[in-house]
Amino acid sequence: MSATAPTRTAAVLRPRLLGRSVVNLVVGISVLYTLLPVLWLVLAASKDRDALFGSDVLSLDHFSFAQNLKDLFATDGGLYTRWYGNSLLYAVLGAGLGALISIACGYAFDKYRFAHKEKLFGLVLAAVMVPQTVLALPLYLMASGTGLVNTFWSVFIPVLFNPFGVYLGRIFSQGYVPNEVLEAARVDGAGELTTYFRVAMRMLGPGLVTVFLFQLTAIWNNFFLPMVMLSDQDLYPVSLGLYTWNSAATVSPEYYPVVIMGSLLAVLPLILAFALLQRFWKSGLTAGAVK
Amino acid sequence: MTTPVTTPASAPVNVSAAAPAPTTSPRTARKSARRRELGAAGALMTPFFILLVTVFLIPVATAVWLSFFSDDQPGLGFGPERTVFVGLRSYTAVLTDPTFLSGLGAVVLYCVIYIPLMVIGALALALLLDSGVVRLRSWAQLGLFLPHAVPGIIAAVIWLYLYTPGLSPVIDLLGKADITIDFLGVHTVVPSIVNIALWSNLGYNMVVFYAALQAVPREVIEASVVDGAGPVRTALQIKTPLVRSSVVMVAMFTLIFALQLFTEPMLLSQSTPMISSRFSPSMYIYDAAFTRNNYGLAAAASVVLLVCTIALSYGVTRWTNRSDAAEEDAR
Repeated sequence: MSATAPTRTAAVLRPRLLGRSVVNLVVGISVLYTLLPVLWLVLAASKDRDALFGSDVLSLDHFSFAQNLKDLFATDGGLYTRWYGNSLLYAVLGAGLGALISIACGYAFDKYRFAHKEKLFGLVLAAVMVPQTVLALPLYLMASGTGLVNTFWSVFIPVLFNPFGVYLGRIFSQGYVPNEVLEAARVDGAGELTTYFRVAMRMLGPGLVTVFLFQLTAIWNNFFLPMVMLSDQDLYPVSLGLYTWNSAATVSPEYYPVVIMGSLLAVLPLILAFALLQRFWKSGLTAGAVK
Repeated sequence: MTTPVTTPASAPVNVSAAAPAPTTSPRTARKSARRRELGAAGALMTPFFILLVTVFLIPVATAVWLSFFSDDQPGLGFGPERTVFVGLRSYTAVLTDPTFLSGLGAVVLYCVIYIPLMVIGALALALLLDSGVVRLRSWAQLGLFLPHAVPGIIAAVIWLYLYTPGLSPVIDLLGKADITIDFLGVHTVVPSIVNIALWSNLGYNMVVFYAALQAVPREVIEASVVDGAGPVRTALQIKTPLVRSSVVMVAMFTLIFALQLFTEPMLLSQSTPMISSRFSPSMYIYDAAFTRNNYGLAAAASVVLLVCTIALSYGVTRWTNRSDAAEEDAR
């Protein structure tokens, strides 16, 4: 009797223990899968070209992080700094302005009644799924027709358009801005727009940050539109700049360490943004996922 | 709330005109309040709708229009001068062009491998993290999410270098174990692209699923445990059906973005002859428009891609709605 009791508990526990370790193993391997390439980028950025082509990024020799950094900012007359500034300008200004526009529209969709509302909203949702490549040629022709092609505006204006942000804005407005608050403001005689800017927008703060982050990521990643619109290298964002340097690297390998270092630096702003604004975008994801 | 509305057909745009005059009867007061609301709605929506018209509706219409015309003189704007109506000729040209068809084929193959892997992988990871046995859960989540902060073009750069013999420690390691693999060969190139996309988006979709799982009422799960369901059954038969809507949403967005496949093959094409300049429909459009300057052909290809996207998304919604209804009937 006394001998069987521990064996039985062990038998109940064993598969569970096994299950636990399998679960942790699977998650662990997945984390390695996502982390190791980033780690490789970090290590490769700190190596000189010989070590890079010797495939031994793990050794401590050939350490040349500072030199690579210096090379990066010196290549082609410091073009990288220019690209980085452009990317920041496109992404931060574009996402900020775009988020304000989308959230305002989503709020209006939620709080006001007007003719053909759901049809218009359907149009907004349809815009989410239209491929960017479909719009690129007409946008290019329109831009060249108006003389905007190869200017800051040819990239900046199209990225402001964020129909998914309107969808999120409507959901956030439903969730965060109670109708009673608006009623109360109306009774107090506040104008509709004053109410929006003074009261509702403050409540929509987390939603605004979420949409901002989504759009920041999208614009920072943007590659197709700049490639179509821009021919002046001084206007390039980082993504397109690294693309051109990478194609240069296939001919002249001295570009490889520069591309790698440039890639590493280009990852930082988004990591920083996600880390700083973590609690906002997590709530935003939930809103998008549950509804 | 149920004010009798005598809405004018078009929403008033002028906001300042909606300033309330000192009202006497409650009816006029209500009317002016209504007008003020419409004015505010108009003011808040106008910026977005200006964008919608200029960077969405007009371009889509232009693409459709261009696809029916042939223009031998590119670069003269979108004016109608010197263009000839050619009917469906561009469509015939696109749909009989073997490079376009093979591009469609490549994207279909890519979708068939990528979408199930992505949805099942992300959901499985979310369920594992939600099971409560994972150690250092928030760290694991952070690690899985990290690639989302890496721009697509940089993800492609990283993986391209990891696929390149001489640069890649992976190939080096495999070589030491006497395994030689060409990641950019005829049969491996599509899986290699799938890998890049999977790496980039797996963690993001996992977080979406995880958020949805967190919203599942705990009582439901406790009830199933009391009923004797093990953790695996609870995950597959209780939790998964409850997060259906996010599964559909993720599948839908993955599909829409997969059909636009451009960045990764575009970058890889610099380094491997296996990827032609017309590898995917989006690359075909780019090539037709900006290398060959054949706007009619590019526009027709765009419309074909657009129609495919809409049809597939519509199909997915219809299919999920129908199986939703079937499930309701079964209950």
